[in-house]
Amino acid sequence: MKVKYIINGKEEEYEIHPGEVLLDVLRRNGHTEIKGNCYLGTCGACTVLIDGVPHTSCTILAAKVNGKEITTIKGIGELDSPHPLQQAFVKTGAVQCGFCTPGAILSAYALLKKNPDPTEEDIKKALDGNLCRCTGYVQQIEAVKFAVKLLKEGKNE
Amino acid sequence: MSDFKVIGKKTDKIDAMALATGQPLFVDDLQLPDTLQIKILYSPYAHAIIEDIDTSEAEKYPGVKMVLTYKNTPHIIHTTAGQGWPEPSPYDTYMFDKKMRFVGDRVAAVAAETEEQAAEALKLIKVKYKVLPAVFDSEEAIKEGAPVIHDEPEITGAYDPKRNLAAHIEIRVGDVEKGFEESDVVVEETFETQYAQHTPIEPHVTLTYLDEYGRLVIRTSTQVPFHVRRIVAQALGIPVQKIRVVKPRIGGGFGTKQEIILEEICSYVTLKTKRPARLLYTREEEFISARTRHPFKVKVKIGAKKDGMLHAIRLYTLSNTGAYGSHGLTVASNAGSKTLPLYNKAENVEFVADIAYTNLPVAGAYRGYGATQSYAALEQAIDMVAEKLGMDPLELRKRNHIRAGETSPIFKALGEGREGVTQYIQSCALDELLEKGAKEIGWFKKHGKERRNGSKVYGIGMSMHMQGSGIPLIDMGAATLKMNEDGSFNLLYGGTDIGTGLDTIAAQIVAETLGIKPEQVIVYASDTDMTPFDVGAYASSGTFVSGGAVLKAALKVRDQILEVAKEKFGEFDTKDFILEDGKVISLKSGKNITLSEIAYDTLYVRNQHQIAATGSFVSPYSPPPFAVHFVEIEVDEETGVIKPIKYVAAVDCGKPINPELVKGQIIGALVNGLSYALTEEYIFSNSGRMLNPNFMDYKIPSTRDIPEIKVILAETYEPTGPYGAKSVAEININGPIPAIGNALYDALKIRLHKSPYTPERVLEAIKNKK
Ligand code: FES
Ligand code: FES
Repeated sequence: MKVKYIINGKEEEYEIHPGEVLLDVLRRNGHTEIKGNCYLGTCGACTVLIDGVPHTSCTILAAKVNGKEITTIKGIGELDSPHPLQQAFVKTGAVQCGFCTPGAILSAYALLKKNPDPTEEDIKKALDGNLCRCTGYVQQIEAVKFAVKLLKEGKNE
Repeated sequence: MSDFKVIGKKTDKIDAMALATGQPLFVDDLQLPDTLQIKILYSPYAHAIIEDIDTSEAEKYPGVKMVLTYKNTPHIIHTTAGQGWPEPSPYDTYMFDKKMRFVGDRVAAVAAETEEQAAEALKLIKVKYKVLPAVFDSEEAIKEGAPVIHDEPEITGAYDPKRNLAAHIEIRVGDVEKGFEESDVVVEETFETQYAQHTPIEPHVTLTYLDEYGRLVIRTSTQVPFHVRRIVAQALGIPVQKIRVVKPRIGGGFGTKQEIILEEICSYVTLKTKRPARLLYTREEEFISARTRHPFKVKVKIGAKKDGMLHAIRLYTLSNTGAYGSHGLTVASNAGSKTLPLYNKAENVEFVADIAYTNLPVAGAYRGYGATQSYAALEQAIDMVAEKLGMDPLELRKRNHIRAGETSPIFKALGEGREGVTQYIQSCALDELLEKGAKEIGWFKKHGKERRNGSKVYGIGMSMHMQGSGIPLIDMGAATLKMNEDGSFNLLYGGTDIGTGLDTIAAQIVAETLGIKPEQVIVYASDTDMTPFDVGAYASSGTFVSGGAVLKAALKVRDQILEVAKEKFGEFDTKDFILEDGKVISLKSGKNITLSEIAYDTLYVRNQHQIAATGSFVSPYSPPPFAVHFVEIEVDEETGVIKPIKYVAAVDCGKPINPELVKGQIIGALVNGLSYALTEEYIFSNSGRMLNPNFMDYKIPSTRDIPEIKVILAETYEPTGPYGAKSVAEININGPIPAIGNALYDALKIRLHKSPYTPERVLEAIKNKK
């Protein structure tokens, strides 16, 4: 069957099998910026935004979100025009291996959209589903706080 | 020392923005057309012989290209442990074998057009097993009459395979028995640690293909690209020169990727089919069939004199290497060599280790590498000695720790599975770490004081540690640096950044040496065709060994640049020249020339040559970093739940070349250690099957599990390391078990002898106390 998504603002149409999960469909079609491997919704590396809300793309059937708007890490900032969250992750040493980073940043992005002035607890809660084995999270949390500062200073999107 | 321009300064990790914007940097981000997908069939039995295997149905399944078993693959015994050559590990592994030695051993593999087809075809393979009696406990395994796991005649390098002993170590200094007799107090205890997994978020993954000339390219998630090349060549019986190994960005390793477990299968499929092949572990495969942390039983006995001086220490470790020897010997060596020198005041020391084969998953290298397991016991026993002496455990550690200028006979007696190298400590801030850490946690106010709030009881505990920086006289790294027209440089080196930031450290070292910015260094690493050799990322060797090689290459290039400048300036002596802001400046004459001008001149105009050099680094030193950990916990007497409230890691890693990266290494390691202490554990069925191979049932920490964490750096300058640096990658995983164990005792006067410290175990200990 065919599905259509608006991915990072661009309409894309894919051929899929009905049983396929979104993660596999997107990666197969070149969206390798989405990571992930557990297929149980437990690691968060495959996080994407569906209509602005973070979801683990490994637990969602591709067919079910037909027509939806999907945002990947590339949708919020690119190498030459990074989002303040991406800048902040770089500046605070929050990127080690970087495998969890796209997912973690997208979760943080959704948080800041809803709540531009989060507490540390809010940040921890938002990133709770994004496992990171490298950083121990402290610098990731600092990164989100720093991004809040950057966004307030008007380094807007 | 203090006027560094780049070293010790905030420098963004050079690959961080590419990672944060999702560039296709990882192994599996390269998707080649016509790639065959490989899936593996695993043994359902812990110990069995394949009597018959019929793959004919599977071969006929649509899309199937190849089915691999012991019958149609090279049968060359080797080790999967990615270590230097000759390997200290036994040769006890085949690509595929007739004998199954654990649930998760490889029976067969299928290469097909799609993953689904490969998975379906696996189900059609008919295997007739003769099930053998299995043994899971390390003590049982080395008893007379236990089932023999390795009875293959080709096995070499194992200590006594008939007794399931993969390895054995014995070293003695002084007379330990006499030492105990002369002691005023003696403590003897046994502690046990558990099976655990590294769980890098990117699992093992390999992609192989033939290049335009028919050479095999292995793009793989590894910590040891050069060992991959050597071991794949060996296991397949093909020449090294036919293989190129490429390491792109790696999604974490922590030791599990210091192992060659997918590459040979993938390579074989590509060589046979001439098509690209991909093998990606699932999370479950990562748990059951990658590598794990050796569970240890540690018997520790310590004797001390009334004045608080340690007099005799005996460590006996029995480790479980699982079905294959892998890193068994060297992990056990480190259980002694990275712990005992810390207490060098004890004159009588004995270290004995047995490394047992069992029918459980294979243990390998894991951050901390034996020291973690050994410190779990030693550092709790130290607290027990202090209590018997009526002394503050902090004071006891202070009196007995190694200091700058001192040595320990253990350094020489115990190396990596062989004799070691004498070391004198040249930098050590332990006293400062003890003092600052104690202040931060409020040690003297809180330790030994009863504090409670209803059912919640509070306690604090500490532990003290050392590790090493690479393996002395074994680990070698090399780097090549060459100059470009614009004064930028290509650094081609074998160092293997697996997410740690080593490439950034390397760029900083070049930048500092040549007076340029780190952004002017283009780093290309770990490609066996393109870069010089390096043993890889293990044993805390990155900054010290690979960084040491980079420094050597940079110093040689610096000399070449100065030679050209000398001629340009018409001066005779380079000793007044400095390199700064991309220029060579003569302090004597005030003349200056940009590096770009020098490069243009030497590449195109006069005395033409490529300014470039290669440096190799191997060291007789392995300077230990030091750490003191403190933790404050809350433990609920009713539920048994331990909650760390505050964790302090005070660390001496020499000169921190990149403070943000250092902080990340420290916190990352200790948070992994925290969950090893509290939750992470393999649960096995009584037939040896792991029952919790996923993140729902095997809990690793998330943001909400971390306490307040405070890192304290005591800067020293290590003269044998690049710009004063020592290692920092491993040491901080060693603290949480003993520190929390000691805090638990402080809170409730209970001691758990088995980790992790789950609520059930805490409750049981409370019950037993009453
Ligand atoms: S792959 Fe989706 S949560 Fe892990
Ligand atoms: S940075 Fe490696 S998993 Fe998060």
